[in-house]
Amino acid sequence: MKFGIIQFPGSNCDLDKLWVLQDVLKQEARYVWHKDTAIGDLDCVVVPGGFSYGDYLRTGAIARFSPVMKAVADHAGRGKLVIGICNGFQILCEAGLLPGALLRNRSLQFRCEHVFVRIETSQSPFTCAAQKRDIIRIPVAHGEGCYFADPETIAGLKKNDQILFRYVDSRGRVADTASPNGSVENIAGICNATRNVCGMMPHPERASEEALGSANGRVVFESILKHLRGSQAQ
Amino acid sequence: MNDPKITPEIIADHGITPEEFERIKGVLGREPNFTELGIFSVMWSEHCSYKNSKPVLKTFPTKGPQILVGAGEENAGVTDIGDGWAISFKIESHNHPSAVEPFQGAATGVGGILRDIFTMGARPILNMNSLRFGPIDGNDEAARRNKRLFAGVVGGIAYYGNCVGVPTVGGEVYFDESYEGNPLLNAMCLGLLRHEQIARGAAKGTGNPVFYVGPATGRDGLAGAAFASRELTEESQEDRPAVQVGDPFMEKLVLEAVLELLQTDAVVGIQDMGAAGLTCSTCETASRAGTGIEIDLAKVPQREPGMTPYEIMLSESQERMLVIVQKGREAEVQRIFDKWDLPWAEIGFVTDTGLMRVKNHGKVVAEIPAAKLANDAPVYYRESKEPAYFAKTRAWKLSELPPLTDPQKVLPELLASSSIASKNWVYRQYDHMVQTRTVVYPGSDAAVVRLKLAPPPAKDRYLAITTDCNGGYCFLDPYTGGAIAVAEAARNIVCSGGRPIASTDNLNFGNPMKPEIFFQVREAAKGITDGCNTFNTPITGGNVSFYNQSPTGAIDPTPVMGMVGLIDDIAHVTTQWFKERGDVILLAGNAVDTADPYLGLGGSQYAQCLHHIKAGLPPRLDLAVEKKLQDAVLALIRAGQIKSAHDCSEGGLAVALAEGCISKHPGRNTAELIGAKVNLSTFAKGTRLDALLFGEAQSRIVLSVAKENADAVVAQLQSQGVPAAVIGTVGGKTLTIKAGKVAGKWNVADLYDGWWNSIARKMA
Repeated sequence: MKFGIIQFPGSNCDLDKLWVLQDVLKQEARYVWHKDTAIGDLDCVVVPGGFSYGDYLRTGAIARFSPVMKAVADHAGRGKLVIGICNGFQILCEAGLLPGALLRNRSLQFRCEHVFVRIETSQSPFTCAAQKRDIIRIPVAHGEGCYFADPETIAGLKKNDQILFRYVDSRGRVADTASPNGSVENIAGICNATRNVCGMMPHPERASEEALGSANGRVVFESILKHLRGSQAQ
Repeated sequence: MNDPKITPEIIADHGITPEEFERIKGVLGREPNFTELGIFSVMWSEHCSYKNSKPVLKTFPTKGPQILVGAGEENAGVTDIGDGWAISFKIESHNHPSAVEPFQGAATGVGGILRDIFTMGARPILNMNSLRFGPIDGNDEAARRNKRLFAGVVGGIAYYGNCVGVPTVGGEVYFDESYEGNPLLNAMCLGLLRHEQIARGAAKGTGNPVFYVGPATGRDGLAGAAFASRELTEESQEDRPAVQVGDPFMEKLVLEAVLELLQTDAVVGIQDMGAAGLTCSTCETASRAGTGIEIDLAKVPQREPGMTPYEIMLSESQERMLVIVQKGREAEVQRIFDKWDLPWAEIGFVTDTGLMRVKNHGKVVAEIPAAKLANDAPVYYRESKEPAYFAKTRAWKLSELPPLTDPQKVLPELLASSSIASKNWVYRQYDHMVQTRTVVYPGSDAAVVRLKLAPPPAKDRYLAITTDCNGGYCFLDPYTGGAIAVAEAARNIVCSGGRPIASTDNLNFGNPMKPEIFFQVREAAKGITDGCNTFNTPITGGNVSFYNQSPTGAIDPTPVMGMVGLIDDIAHVTTQWFKERGDVILLAGNAVDTADPYLGLGGSQYAQCLHHIKAGLPPRLDLAVEKKLQDAVLALIRAGQIKSAHDCSEGGLAVALAEGCISKHPGRNTAELIGAKVNLSTFAKGTRLDALLFGEAQSRIVLSVAKENADAVVAQLQSQGVPAAVIGTVGGKTLTIKAGKVAGKWNVADLYDGWWNSIARKMA
């Protein structure tokens, strides 16, 4: 499968994404520079974590205007896969490819720690290799990860089964204290209505090898591969 | 704008002595003008010239077969790690800026050390830091100020390091009254490179163009040089911030552009503009190459109009680099700068005159022999005198410490004390995982990262990294304290499964002009030298920070050691927490050091926290004994015999045992706790209970092993001349420690709560 990893000048998880896709999962993967306007024949676009253009104003507020984002929107519009992780999630929300916004953490501090995340549905290209209610141990590292949307939007997300991941405690309960950032309804990741664009704050690439203490995050990439193989077979 | 006339007052304001002024005239063969005076004042400041510390630094061991670039040669040293790979690392202080403006002071401290590393051609792969603050207990004015400084420094480190994408994988934080008003921020960075990628800070090749890259030069950081110039402020009629402001996004751009640039062979020399900015980078690169350099300040990007040559040369605006390019290759270099949208300018060229010639709009404003400016600062052999306070601290006798009868309350109190308590409130604010290298996260003896030298399933290699120093020990005896800083660093590396290979030092002291302070410097340096020689960890570079004084006095001498070790196999990576029920707990080393008149309680956290006594002598250290212990434990780890290893340090054996029970933390609000049943009765006869439980005797490691291996491990240690004994078993929900008739029994969940949440509660 062909993965493209968007490189904004302040991306800093781009190398990690390439490592996990190319060196761990042995897929074809390449960087896509933020000034590029065409992204070619990619099967899946990955918008990585980092600080896109410094993010001094508001995370992703400038990145949405970058030349490459139009190509990403076109790619998504054709029903192809896009996954934004951490800063990537923030950018996809700013770009209007996903509903809602990521606000500053409730603690007003950056938070980097392993959290427990529950798979809320296996009905998506990003979770189809997992079972609903599976609990994965996976890191977060962000200052602005508090997911927010108005009640109608949240109701819509629930109705359409668009909430993919929720922060839970180690026993799988949705508790207020389980969330590292104060997100509405402990939301850690969502997809769009057509289910081909995903945003998530936790970092699956940081939990894809046993050497790093957890390989639970691999299921996200394995889901994408499973989905792509399935759609190619059709 | 006319420069002020050079008067004795102006000279004194620049921190230049009359003798130094004569020396400057000797170098120039004439009187300096105002710009030249400023240039000399920063280059001959302690910060740039090490004029007061050089005689001491010269005694450090700096050589070894593993050293590719030695201390002082370049921006940072380079150490071989085999297979054509190398690491470059260094620690550097930003204490004074952090005291004035903690957030930006700390942020720019991180930025500066990052630049030192990537300037060497190395990709930074980790940051560490060593921090000191006044106490944060209670809510009085002093505590509130200390908390503000603590929160600000941690926030600044997080702000900068997180954005640049270099994980902050560990460090240390201590709290002590001596740091009140004088916090310490020592930031360490380590980068990875191929041998052939080592970049040099030399302006070689007459005619080669000199490029400036990075943001425009402003007036910020002018007072960050080694003086405060009242005249300048009156002239400029405006308040100027004394502390530089960091832009981590810009740093990230410069980092990526520089590493991309160094992949080409178009660059002949490169240096960051750190302390003393444009001045230091131009004269040092010329001096190293034995060439001259000529620049025109009119070509330097400037943030505001009307800046004088003096200001441009002395500005410490951040994230700027000087790059000397092979003539004819300018376009390649410009293409990379443009790719990263970086401001750049060609500001001059290399000459064969040996002069640093600075022009402004074509008119020469400074002309100084570069090598003499860079290297001929005076060197002072400062007077040294044993501190008077020794008489008082050494008059104290252990018998004055009331006997401990019931340890039940003491252990939780020590675990919750600020210097011992978990530092998760700190490291959860740092991205300690980006680059997906971190194998052992903060919270064990040393951080462990993988090098990602080849894709899986190829075998990888690993580094263990730590920073250590106990200022209280150094206060009581600087020699022993310095040696312990090295020994403990090496012990932490060994407990993590690593073989120590090299180190870096950050000497934080008071005013060296005071003979009693210089005595501390000299003695601590001797201790470091003996320590580094013992563990074969030459010093690859470092930093000196003097004048850490507040009206209440000098800080405790704090020679921080950063150390790196190599781990060949992930199977050798070892953590401090107990693993499985039924495992056997061993103590390697003597439970109590009977040769120490203070039995390990001098300068201990127990004596300080419970009895408010910082007196006596620090724990005794026998380097030969320590080396034997470390070699024996490392051999056992490499043989796969050891399940956990934890060094006994602050809080002694009881705290080390408790940490074995409570420090595994797999996720948010989730600890994996396990109890232990320990019997120390055989050691309890004829010694003090407080020394046995909370004494900080050196050369001790708590190990846990599979039950069936316990006897063999004890025998193996003893055969190497290391005292060893079985002291308990892992399991249950309580930690019980029996010592003769006395016993303590603690619910590990309670111990955990006090230890893990203490700092967050104090900061709430």
